[in-house]
Amino acid sequence: MPERLVVIGAGMASGRVLEHLFEDAPGAYNVTLFGAEPRGNYDRIMLSPVLSGEKTYEEIVTHDANWYAENAVTCRFGEAVTGIDRDRKVVLSKEGETPYDKLVIATGSAPFIIPVPGKDLPGVITYRDLDDTNAMIGAAAKPGAKAVVVGGGLLGLEAAAGLKMRGMAVTVLHLIDHIMERQLDPAASQLLRSDLESRGIRVHTKANTHEIVGTDRVEAVRLDDGIEYEADIVVMAVGIRPETALAQDAGLACGRGLHVDDQMITSDENILAVGECVEHRGSCYGLVAPLYEMAKVAAKTLAGEPAAYTGSSTSTKLKVTGVNLFSAGDFAEADDREEIVFRDPGRAIYKRLVLQNDRIIGAVLYGDVTDGPWFFERLKSQTDVADVRDTLIFGPAYAEGTALDPMVAAAASRGDFHLPRRSGPNTPSASALAA
Amino acid sequence: MSLASTTCTTCPYCGVGCGILATPTNDGVDIAGDPDHPANFGRLCSKGSALGETIDLSGRLLRPRVDGDDVGWTQATKHVAEKLHHAIRDHGPDSVAFYVSGQLLTEDYYVANKLMKGFIGSANIDTNSRLCMASSVAGHKRAFGSDTVPGTYEDLEEADLIVLVGSNLAWCHPVLFQRIAAAKSRRPRMRVVNIDPRRTATSDLADLHLSLEPGTDVALFNGLLARIEQSGAIDAEFVLAHVAEFPEALTQAKADEPSLTGLDPSELMAFYDLWIRSERVVTVYSQGVNQSTSGTDKVNAILNCHLATGRIGRPGMGPFSVTGQPNAMGGRETGGLANMLAAHLELTDPTHRNAVQGFWNAPTMPEAPGLKAVDLFDACADGRIKALWVMSTNPAVSMPAANRVRDAIAACDFVVVSDIFPDTDTAKLADVLLPAAAWGEKSGTVTNSDRTISRQRPFLSAPGEARPDWRIISNVADAMGWGAAFNYQSPVEIFREHAALSGIAGGLGRDFDISALSGIETATYDDLKPIRWPVTASRSGGRFFGDGRFFTPDGRARMVPVAHRPLAAATTKHRPLRLNTGRVRDHWHTMTRTARAARLSQHMAEPYAEIHPLDAEALEVCAADLVRIESDHGRITARALVTDRTPRGSVFVPMHWTSNWASDGRVDVVVPAATDPISGQPELKGAAVSVTAYRPNWYGFAASNVEPLTSEVPGIGYWAKAVTDTGWRLEFAGDVSPISWECHARLLFGQGAESFTTSLIDRGAGRARVAVHDGESTIGVLFISETPVEVARAHVIANLLSLSPTQLLAGRPSADQPDTGAIVCSCLGVGARTIADAVTAQDLQTVDQISDVTGAGTNCGSCRPELRAFLIPQLPKVAAE
Repeated sequence: MPERLVVIGAGMASGRVLEHLFEDAPGAYNVTLFGAEPRGNYDRIMLSPVLSGEKTYEEIVTHDANWYAENAVTCRFGEAVTGIDRDRKVVLSKEGETPYDKLVIATGSAPFIIPVPGKDLPGVITYRDLDDTNAMIGAAAKPGAKAVVVGGGLLGLEAAAGLKMRGMAVTVLHLIDHIMERQLDPAASQLLRSDLESRGIRVHTKANTHEIVGTDRVEAVRLDDGIEYEADIVVMAVGIRPETALAQDAGLACGRGLHVDDQMITSDENILAVGECVEHRGSCYGLVAPLYEMAKVAAKTLAGEPAAYTGSSTSTKLKVTGVNLFSAGDFAEADDREEIVFRDPGRAIYKRLVLQNDRIIGAVLYGDVTDGPWFFERLKSQTDVADVRDTLIFGPAYAEGTALDPMVAAAASRGDFHLPRRSGPNTPSASALAA
Repeated sequence: MSLASTTCTTCPYCGVGCGILATPTNDGVDIAGDPDHPANFGRLCSKGSALGETIDLSGRLLRPRVDGDDVGWTQATKHVAEKLHHAIRDHGPDSVAFYVSGQLLTEDYYVANKLMKGFIGSANIDTNSRLCMASSVAGHKRAFGSDTVPGTYEDLEEADLIVLVGSNLAWCHPVLFQRIAAAKSRRPRMRVVNIDPRRTATSDLADLHLSLEPGTDVALFNGLLARIEQSGAIDAEFVLAHVAEFPEALTQAKADEPSLTGLDPSELMAFYDLWIRSERVVTVYSQGVNQSTSGTDKVNAILNCHLATGRIGRPGMGPFSVTGQPNAMGGRETGGLANMLAAHLELTDPTHRNAVQGFWNAPTMPEAPGLKAVDLFDACADGRIKALWVMSTNPAVSMPAANRVRDAIAACDFVVVSDIFPDTDTAKLADVLLPAAAWGEKSGTVTNSDRTISRQRPFLSAPGEARPDWRIISNVADAMGWGAAFNYQSPVEIFREHAALSGIAGGLGRDFDISALSGIETATYDDLKPIRWPVTASRSGGRFFGDGRFFTPDGRARMVPVAHRPLAAATTKHRPLRLNTGRVRDHWHTMTRTARAARLSQHMAEPYAEIHPLDAEALEVCAADLVRIESDHGRITARALVTDRTPRGSVFVPMHWTSNWASDGRVDVVVPAATDPISGQPELKGAAVSVTAYRPNWYGFAASNVEPLTSEVPGIGYWAKAVTDTGWRLEFAGDVSPISWECHARLLFGQGAESFTTSLIDRGAGRARVAVHDGESTIGVLFISETPVEVARAHVIANLLSLSPTQLLAGRPSADQPDTGAIVCSCLGVGARTIADAVTAQDLQTVDQISDVTGAGTNCGSCRPELRAFLIPQLPKVAAE
């Protein structure tokens, strides 16, 4: 007799949990899937191409009706879960109670709205789901429409670029002096800003939003220094916070997010959680790769197999056509850190690797991100890169070379050439016998 | 230029004197070995093969220059004539000196010598041959009564034993080396012994390599003579009939101690017994013998052994001096040295003097030898020489104590330099520069090491106002009032006169007699095939002394009692190492010509110092570090090449680099001017030096398609540059790191702010790489490292213009591009990595297999000794029978 599994949230994390689960333990559970949106799982990170018009919604759907049917998933889309009764092991919604043996909470995150006057005016839009996206697309349809995007982070800039492509006049407001500061160092940030500005997007940094102006709906955004930008819509993209209201109400242990252990189990052994709503070992994640890793572990746990999630290093790409950037790890300067910097201003290419103890701890690539995943792999595995350091920044194509010879003279050849190396006159190295 | 047919001419480099077929093409000239020339039978070495790359006119001196201004020939000639005339008038004939060159043709040499000795009236004409074979001349004259090379190149092929003493024949006379190698391969019982403190490419052919202590050749050959006597191998009949002073020489030899050589007694005995039992033995010697304060004695120690055994002048045996210059022998034949007269006649013999004076109808004739090279420049320094004329040579680089020589030339009241380039270290010091015709443009004869006279023929017209040296000299003589004696219209007229004078010499019993050519028709001269002297009515070519007749007054050869003497400079605690100098495979002399050929700079692109690993360890010097080599006379900087090819206690530095190509690479500034008391030849291989690591703040390598402007960039403490197929390469180092390597790179490559840079900066590792480009094409790329730069140089250079700046900055081929490694085979551009990979992948066992697979060594073959080193390392072979 299969157990009853209820999943709250039909986002990217839960979709991936189910996929793994059906593979790992087919038939083990009868699944009920609740989604606040009136639709199934889709690839939320591909909303930006939908916004920009480069993709349609249909193209980003990850699980369609057939898939749910094939896997006997009971879909409760558009039906918000209002509570969890852990004693009775049921979830509450407007349609009533749904019992569970195991519960997975995947409520994701909620956009953060800055508490300024006018924040609730019609025309203030967050950027979270398809409805938000469609609202922006609708606003852009008006000729000469203007958008102000509050927040020059990953999401805000993708929104700005998409709106610009939709024909809107776009202004990005950012609180501090360089955009995407969490992912980019100042040099790369400046390259990105130049690129966005060359597309006609206005970028105003050190912009402290004072008020969203408007009577019936938004008309403008006013900054602390009095500058006003007219706006038909204001996109709030200053950040997200884990959506934990339901969990907190149910008395589950929460910090910034819903606490889980390495098996993705919350403080209730029958309740698991994955995705942006969780806090694991003190970290919350807002990127897709950790979510997938969590999903894999959660599925194993549900299947009764041992598995552990130990945290993720994250990397970022900006999904703006024509902008190539990659960011991973920690790239702040510090005394015990070294950096390898590649600059090609003529082609607007910038690469910076931050090293600590001969290991990559941070990488920022702008303009050419081809080798980003390769660097990220070494970052995650903490590979010692001392031996390949001189060509490291050129990526895998140059990583397999044999030792090079510092001698100009070719008269050196095997058998009669002894080359003690810089490492010390007493430590001849075979690699230096390169002929 | 209209296309001409193929011209037979002769190589302008070493004394092998290879015949060359030069065929002008639309964009240059094709060079091939002359299959009919008896010196090389079609072979050429890497340097000769690349001659076509050295003939472009960039940088050539095209007009006469007086005090920096271009002038016409009439004015320049008049100016020189007046200055020489004033010096003679005010200070006497001995206030004038000519310093000439083994690169002059015989006809040039003859005219220069005639002007100085017969008309100016001084013997102050000396030559760079003083640095090359003066000790051989002196040794020959002491033993034979004449400066006669007894044998021929065929002897090298017919011998059962070849002893190579102080000769890296493989690099310095590659075609002779290959002839020996071919003979040895045809006749495997042939044995080769290599006597050299250093293990060289030549040692590769040797069955026995004797790494003797520097300067102990006399002790070695005295030991041989004693052993010859002890083993009963004296040719008593020959000695009794034809040799004088045998007992004295033997007594002196027995008194010497072969252990001074530092060789193991078993090695000594192996060599001695091999020599003694090989009747057909040729002892070949070169600069390791000659460039010594006991050079003449070394020569005689060798000659003594051949005389005592009668092994001379017969096929496959004899002593054999190989000369380093294309016409060292021609210079000797014309008397173009301060202690010679002309045509192998003696300056100090009144009969000879009178004969020559009469023949020349000369107004005057010096009675005493003139100043030999070292003394000649000393006399410039102290003011005795008021007017100096340097022809086709670069003493500011090649003389010992070269800085003193440079200063002496600079201090001399009036200096004329005739050369083909205005920017040699010596030409830069001249008051008057006279544009000489170059190889390929001039016509005349040269004599090689085995007395073969060959024609150098023109296949290019002289550019600008350049003229052949004989004409330049004759014009000055004419302007000085001696036109009647110098009224030459073409080289053949000079050659006839030279040949006629040799007939007089022959009549006086001298060896050099080519009188049968004194009436040579112009057409015959133009078509002259290589011909070995003597050339008389009764005799042509062949060997000397097989008949036991020598050119001494009594017709008997002299054995000369000689005793070991230590090198002039003692090593001390302060100067503990012995400095050896010599040639590299692909450069010649002061590189004025070879440095222009990119492929000749691939092999050795930088001055370097071979240091034994144990010495390097003691000095805390690692491979590719920079080292300072210093004596009381000067200091140079070179790249450390740590190798046990050079013995402990010794450091080897090549002789070629000038201030045009390296900041501190002129090795002869370190060498003291100690000379052989008889030959006056300086000891260029025996300086006592200290070696210290030079630890710059950073090391750099650059490749560019513009000439790097090392003088424009602050903070460069060392540099060496070379031309490449794609422009230039530069090794450099500095003591101060710039704030911006991008700015540094722009300055170095002479580019402004409009240029682009692509850079890689890794401050933690002390590395910086910058490409300067115009947005598409790379102008230059530099690699900086706090340790010696490790970069695939050949790859960067070869792909400078084809790869993107970013690809270049990687400094090595990507996974899908091959890396050839440093070029070993210059002719075909085959690199060390290609060879090593082929050997490993295909389990190659022989040099021929390497050649088959990679192509390396299939053209000139000069790299074949190096190819062997890629095979499984072999222990030194012992003489096996």
